[in-house]
Amino acid sequence: MIQRAKALLYDAPPQPSIDTARTTAQSHFRTLRCGTPFQPRIDALARTNDWYNWAGYRAPHSLWDEELEYFAIRSQAALFDISPMTKYRVEGPDAEAFLNRVTLRDVTKLKSGRVHYTAWCDDEGFVLDDGTLFRLSPTRFRLCSQERHLPWLLDSAIGFDVTVEEETAAVAGLALQGPTAFAVLHDAGFAGVENLKVFDLADFPHDGDPQGNSQVTISRTGFTGDLGYELFVPSEQALSLWDRLMAAGELRGIRAIGYTALNRARLEAGLIVANSDFVTSEHAIRADRLRMPDEIGLGFMVDLEKGHFNGRRAILDARTKKRLRHVLVGLEIEGSIPAEHAIVYYRKGQEVGLISAAMWSPMAKRNIAIASLARPFGDTMVDDLWVEIYAMRELQYQKLMKRAKVVPRPFIRLDRRTANPPAGF
Amino acid sequence: MMSFDAVVIGGGHNGLVSAAVLAKSGRKVLVLEAADDVGGAARTEAFAPGFRVSSIAHLLNRLHPDVVKTLELERHGLDIARGDFVPSIALSKDGPPLVLHGAYGEVLTGAIASEQTAWKGLRAQLLRYAGILKPFLARRPPDLGGMSLLETASLGQTALALKRLGKEDMRDFLRVLLMNVADLLDEQLADDRLKGLLAFDATLGSHLGPRSPTSLLGLYYRLAGETGGVAGAQTLPKGGMGAVISAIRAAAEKAGVAVRTSTPVARIIVEKGRAVGVALDSGEEIRAKTIVSAINPATTFFDLVGPREIDTGFVRKVGNIRMKGDAAKLHLALDRPPQFAGVDAAGHKGRLVIAPSPDHVERAFNPSKYGAFSPEPVMEITLPSLADPSLAPDGACVLSAVVQYAPYVLKEGWSDGKPKFLKAIMAQFETYAPGIGKTVRHAELLTPPDIEARYRMPGGHWHHGELQADQMLMSRPVSGWSGYDTPVEGLFLASAGSHPGGGVSGAPGLNAARRIIAMKG
Repeated sequence: MIQRAKALLYDAPPQPSIDTARTTAQSHFRTLRCGTPFQPRIDALARTNDWYNWAGYRAPHSLWDEELEYFAIRSQAALFDISPMTKYRVEGPDAEAFLNRVTLRDVTKLKSGRVHYTAWCDDEGFVLDDGTLFRLSPTRFRLCSQERHLPWLLDSAIGFDVTVEEETAAVAGLALQGPTAFAVLHDAGFAGVENLKVFDLADFPHDGDPQGNSQVTISRTGFTGDLGYELFVPSEQALSLWDRLMAAGELRGIRAIGYTALNRARLEAGLIVANSDFVTSEHAIRADRLRMPDEIGLGFMVDLEKGHFNGRRAILDARTKKRLRHVLVGLEIEGSIPAEHAIVYYRKGQEVGLISAAMWSPMAKRNIAIASLARPFGDTMVDDLWVEIYAMRELQYQKLMKRAKVVPRPFIRLDRRTANPPAGF
Repeated sequence: MMSFDAVVIGGGHNGLVSAAVLAKSGRKVLVLEAADDVGGAARTEAFAPGFRVSSIAHLLNRLHPDVVKTLELERHGLDIARGDFVPSIALSKDGPPLVLHGAYGEVLTGAIASEQTAWKGLRAQLLRYAGILKPFLARRPPDLGGMSLLETASLGQTALALKRLGKEDMRDFLRVLLMNVADLLDEQLADDRLKGLLAFDATLGSHLGPRSPTSLLGLYYRLAGETGGVAGAQTLPKGGMGAVISAIRAAAEKAGVAVRTSTPVARIIVEKGRAVGVALDSGEEIRAKTIVSAINPATTFFDLVGPREIDTGFVRKVGNIRMKGDAAKLHLALDRPPQFAGVDAAGHKGRLVIAPSPDHVERAFNPSKYGAFSPEPVMEITLPSLADPSLAPDGACVLSAVVQYAPYVLKEGWSDGKPKFLKAIMAQFETYAPGIGKTVRHAELLTPPDIEARYRMPGGHWHHGELQADQMLMSRPVSGWSGYDTPVEGLFLASAGSHPGGGVSGAPGLNAARRIIAMKG
């Protein structure tokens, strides 16, 4: 029967007019994973063919060797394609006021040419996402995030003189991270890039288009805790930017890398990832997975003095009534076996939380982790914490009960990240 | 400068009730009304030289007994006697009308015996079921987040009331609760006139036809109201609806409420998430611990508070409240009282309904879905000057009618559509009261956009938000905030846009005031 139905389906006469319209609207399933503007270059370097889905884009877990890719970040210069990151252009006379209402931090304190890390919440004070906010001019911003938020942002714009547009596909992005990152940019001819302090941004000429008048926005930001930069260009200029950096970086050890390496670097830097270290409020199905900023280490962003912002009332209420149930902490665990997704215990018996990311840190020479704990553990009760690690040893688990200590994040601090002027190598 | 504990925005009946109850609790209360008189859409206004009429609401059928009692309205001039109850007359083109006497048809005349028996059964059932919903449609809706002992107890009482119905009746209550009115009527009645009247009453003031799902709820809402202690009763207040307002205002002023008319509020001043006062159009600022907004919820948040002071999710919810009115109001100044065919003198003093059958009401509704008015509109008509000659010059007559369906957004635009709609209405009149057209001295037709402009009711919707299942109880005005308090601390809602809804009941105002007192606001 099924065969017959299929045959009928294929025999059906073509209906060109509808078909054409449909075909154009159906690219999303014809190409299940989109390529980024850098895809031709990345594909050419992809020896492991180890892909994952980043917001609908085909992104590499690794390209050639995840260990060496990690060390490219720490010892050389690593090039990571961040084009799939969701990007919104926020522009208008009320752009500052709008973002101040949407996000937690005080945007009036963010000067033009600066970037800050921020987060935003729903009415109940639960974190919708975290991301970076770039102030490109007094009235123009770029908001970068993990997830898509256009309906939320547009509804938030009611009553503000502001336009919000998604520019994820139109703008290509690269992270260039590592001790030789500055030297690569310098050699690539980005004059003046040495003036960028951490969280600064500026536009630089890039001759990618035939007129030679396009620009690249470079910020001294990154997700590695290392010296590094992020570069944004119109997607049409993506490949020429890639080539320019690769050519300049050849003698500086520049390497394209995948996410696994970056994920290690970010853990050492103590940075969290949405839907990995916490579940964003629009994704959480279970009510107890929702997190307020204070529960994922983002309480420092909350500015109760700046005026109204989404979630203010709920956050204030939770703080006043001491209704914050969780805390996100850095852990140092004895031994060297990574405790990924291990359960955290109090006195080896009482379950008090879960590790969301863990690794042996080659830089810190410590076994580190990020964990979510149920208060008061991790908050006022930090002693006698243990993690149970299941280490697979030739088809048998070796169960290890290891002592865990709450330690501050970041796990590593690299002077070169903030040094001015940046080191040249 | 005088200082106040509470400022009430909007001097409609709910605002006045709220103010009076707050003042009685010892608070100093100021009412700010934008128009030159209080009363909102429940005023008595002149519409032609020598002619006065109840502006929008023209029948009193749900003024809440607690409002009457708390405000001692009878001592302030409100007078409702059983003898004042007026009948409802279902007019018919093909023969004599059918008359529901007393409180919603205690006695039915003009129908055959079997229909009278059927009506007796249905009426008893409707009132029984409306009686179960009555506490829900009066008190503050249950707070799903955290119920107090008192709330749990009152919910328990309702459960008990349900249980008392007996198994069969309880099952039937639950079966019919969300039905459409037409199907229920078809189950139990045969007379199209009677069914037409009930279908009209169920859908009056909402964007529903009798065959729209849940349309029966509208009938329950109506029957949950009472007048003079009798469910379903209705009166035409002497002096028009403005007289009821005068009594409420007198009670409020007796309690110490200050009233300022012609004083539009420009915005509610919010500081650090708390409403701390109001700024007037004149620039004057008045500070108070508690701000009560007895105007439309959307106007309150979008225009007075501003979306910047509230969370996006809440803005979404408020923006999604459906409030496009579908009812027009017609006022006719007539040279002499009209004669509706087959209706006796007592009938003319009652409520005359043109809704010959559920199908007719449904057909009248259909075009409104697509932005057109009913070619054969349905309506309820009163002739208030017959009982109260002060409303019209000697020998002349006032006609007041609520006419459906007149969609807020008319595709051709109301400037072109209004004369056409008036013509359609007059054609109906001519059928039922031949010769009436020639006696019209002046006609005033208020379409939803007119009502919106004149009474500051967005969408021209007298409930300040469609009164349908998804916008009732815990979801009125929006889910999560049905308890009269709002995300803005110190700001409370008290209009018909809040639970239970519209009609001259005073219940939202009363509930809001009680909530404020309970919260020590």
